Formats: sequence, C-alpha cells, structure tokens
Amino acid sequence: MKTGIYPGCSLTGSARDYNESVFAIAEAFGLEFTQIPDWNCCGATAAHNLNKDLSLALPARILALAEKNGLDEIIVPCAACYSRLVVTQHELKKDPELKNRICEVIEMDYRGTSVILNVIEWIDKYIVPKLEEKIVKPFNYKVACYYGCLLVRPNKILNYDRVEDPQTLDVVMSKLGATPIDYPYKTECCGAGLSISRTDIVSKLSGKIIEDAEHRGADAIVVACPMCHSNLDMRRPDINKYWDTEFKIPVIFVTQAIGLAVGLSPQKVGLKRHFVEVKIS
Amino acid sequence: MSHSEHHTERNSLAYSIEKNVEVYTQKCYQCGKCSAGCPVAEEMDFPPSMVMRLLQTEDPANDDKILRSHSIWLCVTCEMCLSRCPMEIDIPSMMDYLRQRSRSEKKVNKKAKNIIAFHKAFLNSIKYTGRLFELGLILDYKRQSLNLMQDVALAPKMISRGKLHLFPFMIKGRDQMTRIFKNTSK
Repeated sequence: MKTGIYPGCSLTGSARDYNESVFAIAEAFGLEFTQIPDWNCCGATAAHNLNKDLSLALPARILALAEKNGLDEIIVPCAACYSRLVVTQHELKKDPELKNRICEVIEMDYRGTSVILNVIEWIDKYIVPKLEEKIVKPFNYKVACYYGCLLVRPNKILNYDRVEDPQTLDVVMSKLGATPIDYPYKTECCGAGLSISRTDIVSKLSGKIIEDAEHRGADAIVVACPMCHSNLDMRRPDINKYWDTEFKIPVIFVTQAIGLAVGLSPQKVGLKRHFVEVKIS
Repeated sequence: MSHSEHHTERNSLAYSIEKNVEVYTQKCYQCGKCSAGCPVAEEMDFPPSMVMRLLQTEDPANDDKILRSHSIWLCVTCEMCLSRCPMEIDIPSMMDYLRQRSRSEKKVNKKAKNIIAFHKAFLNSIKYTGRLFELGLILDYKRQSLNLMQDVALAPKMISRGKLHLFPFMIKGRDQMTRIFKNTSK
C-alpha cells in the first residue's frame, strides 16, 4: 500500500506549525508518505455555500490525482479538508450520473477507491503501535480534547468516532501520559469559516470553548484541526477583548503533543509559531 | 401525516428542496433539537426549526422570507442539527441549496454581505492559482467589504511567525482549474 498526504492550503500557511509537527513525528516514527502531486484547494466552506458542483469537483480532482499516482491511502490532517473529501467520495458513489458529470468537469478518471484517513486514524494505525517504546517524556498534563465539528460530523457519512462525547483523541492523549478531563465542549463549533467575516461570532463561540477548559483546570486544549486552532489561538486577542478577560490556556495540536513526548524540541514541532505562549515542553 | 402521503405544492420552495437535495421538510415535527444545538441560533432571524416550519406552510410569502433571511448565511455547516435530528433531516444540505437559490433570485440579506464577500474572495483566490493565498484573500475581502482597517494588527504578527506568505503558490494545473470554475458556473 502506498500512502499519500493531502496537506491542504492552511497547512502551507497559517497552520505551518501543524504541518511541521505532522512531518516531524512521521520522521521520528520512520513513516513515509508522498504529497499528492499538484494538489488544489478543496474549496472549503466557500465552495459548498456558493456552488454545489464546484464543491464536488475540487475535491474530486484531488482524489483523482491520488488515484492516478497510485496512492491508495491518503492522510488528511485538516479536519475541514477531510470532511470535504469524504463527503465528495460519498456523494459521487451514491449518484453515478453525478459522478460522470463531475469526471467531465475535472477532465480526469475517478474511481473513488482511495481510503481517506483523518489525523487520528493515521496516528492510531501507524504511531500508536510503536508509541510505548518511543516515549521518553510522558505528557503529564491535564488536557481538554477538542474535536470540533468536522472530525466527527456528518457522522452517518464519516462513520468515525461516536458523535456525542467522542473518545479517539482522549485515548491517544491518555497513551501519551496525559489526563483528559470530562469536557462538554468537545464537539461544539468554534465559529469556523466566519473568522474574518464575523469575528464577533467566532470570539463568542471560541470563548465559551476556552472558558470551560480553563474552568475545569486543563493545562492545554488539544486539537486536530487547523481551523479550530486558528480560531482558538490566533483569534485569542479578539476573544479576550470580547470576553473582557485574559484567557491564557494554550492550544496545541495532537501531533505536537506526540512530538514532545518522543523527545522532539518545541521548535521542531512548531510550538514557537503560536500566538498564545505554550509553557508546556 | 408522513412525507410520503403529503404532496408538496409544485411551485413551493419545499418542493424544490425535495427535488434538488432530497430533503423532506414535512418530516419535521418541531421537536426543536436543531435550534437548541445550533451554535448560531441566537444570531439568527429564524432558528433552524422555524425555517422548517415556515417551509412546511408552502406559503409563497414564507418562502420569500427564508430566501431573504440572515439565517441561511449565518449557518456555519457545523452539522450539529443533522446529528441530533430524530428524523435525520439533512438541514445543512438544505441550507446550501437555500443559499444558492437566494443568490440566484437576488434575495440575499443585506446583513450577510460580508459573509458572502469572504466566500467570493476565497474562491477568487483559488480560481487562478489553484490553492488559497491567504494574504490575497484578506486583501480581496477588504476590497469587497470595505473593512479596510480590520485585522491590520494580525498580518505582521502572522508574518513574523512565518504563517503568512507574501506571494501565491501556483499549481501546474491552473488551466484545468479555470475550466473547472467555468464549467461549474451556472
């Protein structure tokens, strides 16, 4: 089996820290993957809000490129891209006529055979089995595991973790030595793509997620989505202003926590690029 | 009455929703779980369960209210409503359809203009380069929304952290991207 990776746009820019940590732990565990050649943007919220065919064609081109290059398994670290790719695969499988139309639009063959893995599925499959022997510095912190929306929903299509109170991220964090707290905001929305157009709504929603994690005594919020991260971390000054307070809790990617636990430096896993200072190391 | 017994009026919005996205609004029995779980219900003019109820009336005046509502643009597609709906009504897919109808009928709510400006700037950014160019997106959004001062403090902090590229990345299949955009525009 040949494994590919679809980083998605944010991992090349505003979520560069996430990208660095994914590649750093892959190296530490001796894992190889090929970037899907000439990949394009998945279209994200904008495409499905404005144009349904476009919102299917953009992910279909990505999946077709993976097939053309013999990548039968694709890792998708961004939860939003992951959701778009899986939903597209589902829609095109359900409706052969639609599939033919989209194939004409992208001018490529598409079979829909790739296995799409989110970051936690990738960790479970390739990292967890070797984790125990690799840990040099257990991650002894209390953590709030925040899944957000698109890692678990639409649940009937993604068919991943349970939709209310999911557990997969909590289990990975426990294996690193962390103590996941009971956390009712696990799958509440951070405000997602309204970050720029309605920063006030994002500040309100993300503030609730942060406030509850702090209130319950967590040392960090752990995420697996670059959108969630940018709203909870990069938008922190707006959130603090909206709530008239100084939330200090750091927000880290699950891949950064793994990196630290296996002895990688904070810099190597991108922690120095965060807006909210991360005092964990 | 179940949706299979109910015959939706052919010229109603509910009928178009059935035909285009296979969502049956008559299945809703107003339990309100969608509105209770919706993160943006407080900001909406009509929370999701009320949108469902208005559609069920099949009254042209109510259909018009929905296409002109702020609600359909505030929906962030978090998918919470669908996951909690006892009748498994796909409200998020219905919202995508309503947004497209609202634009094609030129009934977009004025309060949603920044949200749409953002989506348009996003698609403009990937149309010619293939990938999102975040700085270009911010500048194009400012141009479209006229919120010139917004986030001026953010950009330098992103640049100093290596999180904002100053030039776009161009994929090789740009011609193909342009054709994808052309062939999907109605």
